[in-house]
Amino acid sequence: MATLDIHAHTADTHDHHDEHEHEHHEQGFIAKYIFSEDHKTIAKQFLISGLFWALIGGSFSAIFRLQLGFPDANLEWLKPLLGEWIQNGKLDPEFYLALVTMHGTIMVFFVLTAGLSGTFSNFLIPLQVGARDMASGFLNMLSYWFFFISSVLMFISLFIETGPASGGWVIYPPLSALPQAMSGSGLGMTLWLSSMAIFIVSSLLGSINYITTIINLRTVGMTFTRLPLTIWAFFLTAIIGVLSFPVLFSAALLLIFDRSFGTSFYLSEIYIGGQALHNMGGSPILFQHLFWFLGHPEVYIVLLPALGITSEIISTNSRKPIFGYKAMIGSMMGITFLSFIVWAHHMFVTGMNPFLGSVFMLLTLIIAVPSAVKAFNYITTLWRGNIVFTPAMLFSIGLVSFFISGGVTGIILGNAALDIQLHDTYYVVAHFHLVMGSASFFGFLAGVYHWFPKMFGRMLDEKLGYIHFWLSFIGIYLVFFPMHYIGIAGFPRRYYSFTSYEAFSTFGDLNMFISIAAITTLSAQLIFGFNFFYSIFKGRKSTQNPWSSNTLEWTAPIIPGHGNWEGDIPHVYRWPYDYSKPGAKEDFIMQNVPLSQTPESNLPFEKDLALEEK
Amino acid sequence: MTGLILGVSAVLILIILFLIFRVQSLVSVLKGTYNKRVSLSNKVNAILFPISFTMGMILLFWYSDKASEFYLPESASFHGVHTDSLFWITTYIVTAAFIITHILLFWFAYKYQYKEGNQATFFPDNHKLELVWTVIPAILLTILVVFGYKNWSAITNPVLQKDRVEIEVMGKQFAWQVRYAGKDGVIGKYNYKLIDNSNEFGMDMADVNNFDDFTPREIHIPKGRQIFLKIRARDVLHSVFLPHFRVKMDAVPGMPTSFAFTPKYTTAEMAAITGNPTFKYELACTEICGRGHYAMRFIVVVEEEEDYKKWFAEQKSWLETNPDYVNKIPENLRQYVPFAIAPKASAEKSSSDSSAVTPVSTDSLKKEAMASY
Repeated sequence: MATLDIHAHTADTHDHHDEHEHEHHEQGFIAKYIFSEDHKTIAKQFLISGLFWALIGGSFSAIFRLQLGFPDANLEWLKPLLGEWIQNGKLDPEFYLALVTMHGTIMVFFVLTAGLSGTFSNFLIPLQVGARDMASGFLNMLSYWFFFISSVLMFISLFIETGPASGGWVIYPPLSALPQAMSGSGLGMTLWLSSMAIFIVSSLLGSINYITTIINLRTVGMTFTRLPLTIWAFFLTAIIGVLSFPVLFSAALLLIFDRSFGTSFYLSEIYIGGQALHNMGGSPILFQHLFWFLGHPEVYIVLLPALGITSEIISTNSRKPIFGYKAMIGSMMGITFLSFIVWAHHMFVTGMNPFLGSVFMLLTLIIAVPSAVKAFNYITTLWRGNIVFTPAMLFSIGLVSFFISGGVTGIILGNAALDIQLHDTYYVVAHFHLVMGSASFFGFLAGVYHWFPKMFGRMLDEKLGYIHFWLSFIGIYLVFFPMHYIGIAGFPRRYYSFTSYEAFSTFGDLNMFISIAAITTLSAQLIFGFNFFYSIFKGRKSTQNPWSSNTLEWTAPIIPGHGNWEGDIPHVYRWPYDYSKPGAKEDFIMQNVPLSQTPESNLPFEKDLALEEK
Repeated sequence: MTGLILGVSAVLILIILFLIFRVQSLVSVLKGTYNKRVSLSNKVNAILFPISFTMGMILLFWYSDKASEFYLPESASFHGVHTDSLFWITTYIVTAAFIITHILLFWFAYKYQYKEGNQATFFPDNHKLELVWTVIPAILLTILVVFGYKNWSAITNPVLQKDRVEIEVMGKQFAWQVRYAGKDGVIGKYNYKLIDNSNEFGMDMADVNNFDDFTPREIHIPKGRQIFLKIRARDVLHSVFLPHFRVKMDAVPGMPTSFAFTPKYTTAEMAAITGNPTFKYELACTEICGRGHYAMRFIVVVEEEEDYKKWFAEQKSWLETNPDYVNKIPENLRQYVPFAIAPKASAEKSSSDSSAVTPVSTDSLKKEAMASY
């Protein structure tokens, strides 16, 4: 069936070859699917790679949850998979650290940055702003293949004898700089740094392209105040990426110097392995400043696209305009700006100047205001709507829920005085897994459910989507909510076992409960995996606008060809949220419908605009 | 064999699930539900939001009550009492915000589910409403910032008391080491290049203040007196975490940090409060430092002033337990050694050791030691 569709479709585009000369020649397999310059194919490449990494990152968490939930269990049965990392039926403590490190790295960068931004920025920007493709298809292709090389390096590091990087995803030196300190800081760390350096190149190429496309390639009538909120979110995300990733690059570069060329940027007065090192005058705190200068904006690189996707989906499925469109843009701009000046709240107890701590506490709590505005706007959008619960809508509501429940604990952690006790405990783990991890992942899933028809011309099965949502939504709360209790009890992060402390000897049963919930929730993702791959080939065929949505991508053919629209690119006459407009014939009016054609529903200020159209 | 049976049954279950999936999708094709905008599922999904929320709230309140017995007991330091109350007040505020917003979110989701013939309200914005919910969180946050700032400043800029107890805490892979000033009240200088298997701190024998310093296996502190921790690390980052005292501060190689607190309860009093006769204060590491990160436990004992003084008087200085190092003391300073030096042992040692020790000029040592503190 799938092949038939493609043939029918290529024949279709050939009829219109007068429009685009570059479509004359039939693309070979390699140009079409591998080294493709088409934004839609690149988006799918990012999507599939992201899902692959999500599977690996998720499995890692299952393994370390086994250790945390069942510290006495015999894990000999994992030996065929993990080999020497299992010693006498026990997980090696350093491998435990490697698992949490790689889980963090993979989820933050490879799944939620590349998988989320890479997929949806690529797929939606040209389709929603009305462009034939990205500003530079070639750079876009390079962006994916740099990401691919970076992925390969990171993947190789999982299999080397000394193990992958194990110093936590934040790779604080000196631990990450000294192979004497732990085996993962040897070759594994070298591969981590090389992989991330290439990842940053990929991210920058992508971001520059997104920004350029949004500024330059909007179709006629698509002003900035008519852009869908998805595009605003991708735009601001790309700006954050361009400004902050280079700082991580320099941090990594200096670390490479310290590791390989004997410099002392981060190292000072170290005695390790029976030997005093020559390094003097460096500062490990410098690394933390540089790292978190990216690290904190990274939270928003991950979260903003998810929020953008949610805005679009909640509005469409509530059959209502998003509440406070301009306030949404304003709050996203506020978050973007503030995200650069809150980084040191990760460092309250590093010994940095306490006055600096006060400043960062103030700035951190300010960022809660635009975040709160966003949450209230989502809730008000639901108010007096006519809500259709598609799987995408369910995941979007789930996102709002996680955004609130994880966000409110940020008010506690952002308070420097309270952070003293809670820093590096499970409270932090609970906080960021809800607000950043789960919320962004739900945004990702919502996006896949919503735009799957546009990507593959077929629908995902709804019932499986519902089951997937409810298992994930309840499961995630059962996993991360209990961690607040463990965190309040003071349990530190990244502990292989809690048995050696009296203070942390409680909550064994709760940890077991979390592990069971986590493994169940992860298994539920297999339902999605099946639904995804099955529906690509066998799903029900999609109609052109299955969700009765307003944005431009739904005016393109069911499977858009190279160049997206056959014939002219549609012009835009209105904002994207004309849902349930009083007087309108239907409960949605697409962006390409001129105001002059809808005199019955035009608002007073639109009546003049309608005249100008003629 | 069991593996095979498990495998086969897993495959069978998957096949059955797949068949159920196929049947339901075929049924819905026959029924034509695909052509409608919503099916029965819309109602089911709508009602599941308030149901799951109600159950979640029951679970939340039931467990919050039950779990409170597992939390850390009342703060054992004075500043911790304030941060604890700030923590709980903030927690009540944000929990209220969490519950109210969720009631709205899930109630709206249920109430405004799709109904044929209904039309959503075209409600694109309302500046009054937006202003209200921008200003209210802003005011609340301002209040929290003010209290947070007061606490934070008091904790991080303490007024150092004259009778404070200074303790050096040094992290290494994978143990804590502590050093007391001894009777002179001054912790001696160190240089990381002087570290060896016995001289774990790298104490500089050219500094007389080191002669009476002692390095016990437990931290003993007197109740009610200010404790000033001088914190450092000698290999990678560590973090001093005294959960019962609400104390946390990173230990950074090359950049000493500090934390001041005043203990409120002795170990014995805390044992009575917790009802645990074997209660012990513990020191943990909270910055990932390698394989043994989870096992850097160190015991802290809080005692009454007299007991502390008694314990303090009993401690032998490090130099006394490591008399070999007397040889590293410059001749002109040996008179300050507070105990009798056994001349024979020192003579023997000095001849064998002299080649192993790298001569370092005392001047440069002093400079380095000063730079590091």
